[in-house]
Amino acid sequence: MYISPEQLMKDKADYARKGIARGRAAIGCTYADGVLLCAENPSNTLRKVSEIYDRIGFVGVGRYNEFDQLRIAGVRHADFKGYSFSRDDVDARSLANQYAQALGHNFTHEIKPLEVEMLVAEMSEEDGGDQLFHLLYDGTVMDMTSFVVIGGEADAIRERLEATWSREADLSAALSSAVGALAGPDRALVGDDLEVAILARQNGRRAFRRIEGDDLDALLA
Amino acid sequence: MTLPLFIPGDDPGPNFLGLLDRLGVGAFKPTGAFDAAQITHGTTVVAIRYANGVVMAGDRRATTGHLISHRSIEKVFPADNYSGIAIAGAAGPAMQMVRLFQLQLEHYEKVEGSPLSLDGKANQLSQMLRNHMPAAMQGLGVVPLFAGYDARQEQGRLFQFDMTGGRYEERDYAATGSGGLHASTVVKLRHHGGIEADEAIDVVVEALFQAADEDSATGGPDPVRGIYPVIATITAEGFERLADEDVASRTSTLISRLGGAS
Repeated sequence: MYISPEQLMKDKADYARKGIARGRAAIGCTYADGVLLCAENPSNTLRKVSEIYDRIGFVGVGRYNEFDQLRIAGVRHADFKGYSFSRDDVDARSLANQYAQALGHNFTHEIKPLEVEMLVAEMSEEDGGDQLFHLLYDGTVMDMTSFVVIGGEADAIRERLEATWSREADLSAALSSAVGALAGPDRALVGDDLEVAILARQNGRRAFRRIEGDDLDALLA
Repeated sequence: MTLPLFIPGDDPGPNFLGLLDRLGVGAFKPTGAFDAAQITHGTTVVAIRYANGVVMAGDRRATTGHLISHRSIEKVFPADNYSGIAIAGAAGPAMQMVRLFQLQLEHYEKVEGSPLSLDGKANQLSQMLRNHMPAAMQGLGVVPLFAGYDARQEQGRLFQFDMTGGRYEERDYAATGSGGLHASTVVKLRHHGGIEADEAIDVVVEALFQAADEDSATGGPDPVRGIYPVIATITAEGFERLADEDVASRTSTLISRLGGAS
């Protein structure tokens, strides 16, 4: 039976978008000291936000097993590259390109597209150089220096974040702007609903830190 | 460099060495014996457990046969934030083992989302030594010390290894390398049950000084070039290397004490 390529790609894209839209959203944004990664995630063990390398963080939404497999591949890619060359040679841009290749290949060649949307963030040693790479299910990659919203209801959240985000914000201001955007006008999110981590310039070689428990509650208060 | 994706049956899990094997850059297996006189060796390292941590120290000399090949190599390294590794033996393979060990601990932590237990880390090092045995048999032996702060037991712990991967937990102190015998005699005479960090550091300074006095492959303090032993403490606060100035001042106190006694 003949199916036109246009129809095939459209059906696959619709399928992937539907899967991603069911999940809760996540935000990555730059702030004064680096990058804030914040996801709405009631689970305390199945992570959406993770460490990839010294200055590189990862956020995935959609189907957990699919983005977690890509996360681990990213850790392997980064650790192997740092082992082969030097730690300074590991960068988010090259990892984002690898992810784009893998997602694009899967989208065109497999029956089922990956139902994932991901963010790869790299903190720069200098203020203002932080980079965010936004990856879609079909291998589309976009680079941003301000903020990225992934997951369900992303457009509405992006609009709210646009109104409150500022590059010069400190951590607590950046977090309250991200949490406010995720929650929207009719809900309030507390520490237990959130998964928060930062890539911060004052953290030393491994810049990634989770903010959990009392530390998170104190920042949200 | 493409994205390393594996099918479930072939997945190396959190094992970085398994990943290297699958990517075609696994362990190197020598086929012939090496002449020990042509291999660079690092020597004396010593570690002492004290009330709430461990101190590790190593001299700075590397030798090739009877020649001094490096005056300022380092033999004490952080393995991760809460553990350290000190090495003696063939310098090239030892440095490579340290690097792989550090990577393995970090890789595990990132892939699994939580760090290995201290016993798990020590066991990893055992396995790396066992994998290294074919090279050790050809004259490239590596003998490390491993110490860390065990958050579950809330105390510092210390492990000694042999070339076959044998792992022996030590209660008080351990030393290895060509000057290890002299170093451990000094520690043995000065060690006591209630020893604290400050005293333990002075003891390792003296142990390395005396080892250098007796063993040609162990380097003593070198005030002309400003080269002093690498000394680090590992406690609940983590791995912390002492500043060279601190070691220098402890060394000059020791020298004036020894000079006064003669």
